[in-house]
Amino acid sequence: MPYPALLVDVTIFVLALWVGFEVISKVPATLHTPLMSAANSIHGIVLAGAMLIAVTANNAVGYVIAFVAAAFAAANVVGGYVVTGRMLKMFKKRPAMPAAGEAPAAVNAAANGSGRKGAAT
Amino acid sequence: MSVFDWVIQLVYVLAASCFVLGLHLMNNPATARRGNQVSTSGMAVAVAATLAIIVHGHGITVTGWVVMIAGALIGGGAGMYAARTVQMTAMPQLVSMFNAVGGGAAALVAVHDYMHAGASVSASTSVTTLLDVIIGSVTFSGSIIAAGKLQGVINSAPVTFPGARVVNLGLAAVAVGLGAYLIASPSTALLIIVIVAALAFGISMVMPIGGADMPVVISLLNAFTGTAVAMAGFVIGNWALIIAGALVGASGGILTKLMADAMNRSIRNIIVGGFGTGDTAAAIAGPTGSVRSIAADDAAIQLAYASKVIIVPGYGLAAAQAQHEVAALADLLESRGIDVSYAIHPVAGRMPGHMNVLLAEANVPYPQLKEMDDVNPEFARTDVALVIGANDVTNPAARRPGTAISGMPILDVDQAKSIIVIKRSMGHGYAGIDNELYVDPKTSMYFADAKKALAEMTAAVKTLVG
Repeated sequence: MPYPALLVDVTIFVLALWVGFEVISKVPATLHTPLMSAANSIHGIVLAGAMLIAVTANNAVGYVIAFVAAAFAAANVVGGYVVTGRMLKMFKKRPAMPAAGEAPAAVNAAANGSGRKGAAT
Repeated sequence: MSVFDWVIQLVYVLAASCFVLGLHLMNNPATARRGNQVSTSGMAVAVAATLAIIVHGHGITVTGWVVMIAGALIGGGAGMYAARTVQMTAMPQLVSMFNAVGGGAAALVAVHDYMHAGASVSASTSVTTLLDVIIGSVTFSGSIIAAGKLQGVINSAPVTFPGARVVNLGLAAVAVGLGAYLIASPSTALLIIVIVAALAFGISMVMPIGGADMPVVISLLNAFTGTAVAMAGFVIGNWALIIAGALVGASGGILTKLMADAMNRSIRNIIVGGFGTGDTAAAIAGPTGSVRSIAADDAAIQLAYASKVIIVPGYGLAAAQAQHEVAALADLLESRGIDVSYAIHPVAGRMPGHMNVLLAEANVPYPQLKEMDDVNPEFARTDVALVIGANDVTNPAARRPGTAISGMPILDVDQAKSIIVIKRSMGHGYAGIDNELYVDPKTSMYFADAKKALAEMTAAVKTLVG
């Protein structure tokens, strides 16, 4: 017997919540701000919903809603990923350069093995 | 179900897997960037699959294409610009605005679906539709107010008036009550009233919340956005939206709980409003003893001849824009072979993890950034704890019952062998009580702006050790 769609949806929702709790509780406090901006970009998936509005829209109100929803969601996706990438790039294991500005102190630690090669986001 | 539908569904599952994997990789700063890239690929794939659905379906008009592409380009461009130019200190406002637009988009998906499907929707669909409209609208207006408060455009003090609570309850009742009525008898006009009530509720919910509680509010609104997006997934029957929304809801929920615990407040208490509005705080006698102040030279001697130094930054450090000065001082001390680390309280900053980002921007390597539970046992072995712009989170009074901060998790700064506190004045923290740490005989106070004080100390250490 096929289950009603709503029941399947609720099942997926609840299981995804548990996965979320499990995965996110392991993120260290150091990364909580990038975690939130990454969450911003992930909920940008609502862009898929916004795009589908444009398919069924057939009057002025529908088009306005489709436009605003697409703009909002795209801002989420693009902005969220870019700003998360920007922040994560700053987290280094060792200072890459002697901190700009004062502090002429020769950075004592030997190798700066930091710079992870990062493909452009 | 056609082959096309199968492929699309599998691609959405792939996208959802990328989101989970991306979040999983964020459990370590070394892999977090890869996590963000994995998550981005998942999003690209999901958008491509959605485009395929649209092309495959042939239903879209030319106007539909134009509207969709123009909206995505304008929104994407605005998001890109904001993400590239935002100052790290302004990150909470940006995250709040992203919460707003995410909630807004989710609400619009439901509004469109409701207006388009009209009376033909089943009751079970319209429950999720109305939940989406209500949660999305509350998130939209609430997040804009939160961003305004963080930016200083809106008064960040709790704004309230007599009867505010009644108005709040009334608005919530209108939104939910009318929403329930709409499930039985659909009407676009009434839907608009529901939206207006939900928007007004979002405003009246956040206005009475003070600036110090913002880390909790942003996290809570983040959870709301996730929930709204998941509801949008229910409405249009898309599992990728349901899974992504649930992940974000879980993330926001966890952070809300962590922040509320770190501030010693219940979530209900914050939403209902006002810190220190009770009289309990006033009844406690202030600490007794005298305050010892210190000059830059003496502070420099203590620091230069220590073997272990822990720096305790608070929001005052960020407000004074002194991240780079503190990093310069720490570099100098490290170059003398001194063990330097930073003790970060969960609410040091205006959003979860904010202080870590500010220090990372100042080139502080992340292994030096220590979480509260990891660093607390280290204070007893520390020669100098340097407290900069942090107040309540260092107050030993939290360990005793009967104070406004009793039970709040604190940094055990008072266990260090000596303590230097950089502070502008003897003013109170958000809790409005005296800090017993300041009258501890081991503590010396350096009264100055953080930026100036740190520069003076760095210069003094340099002259001292040549």
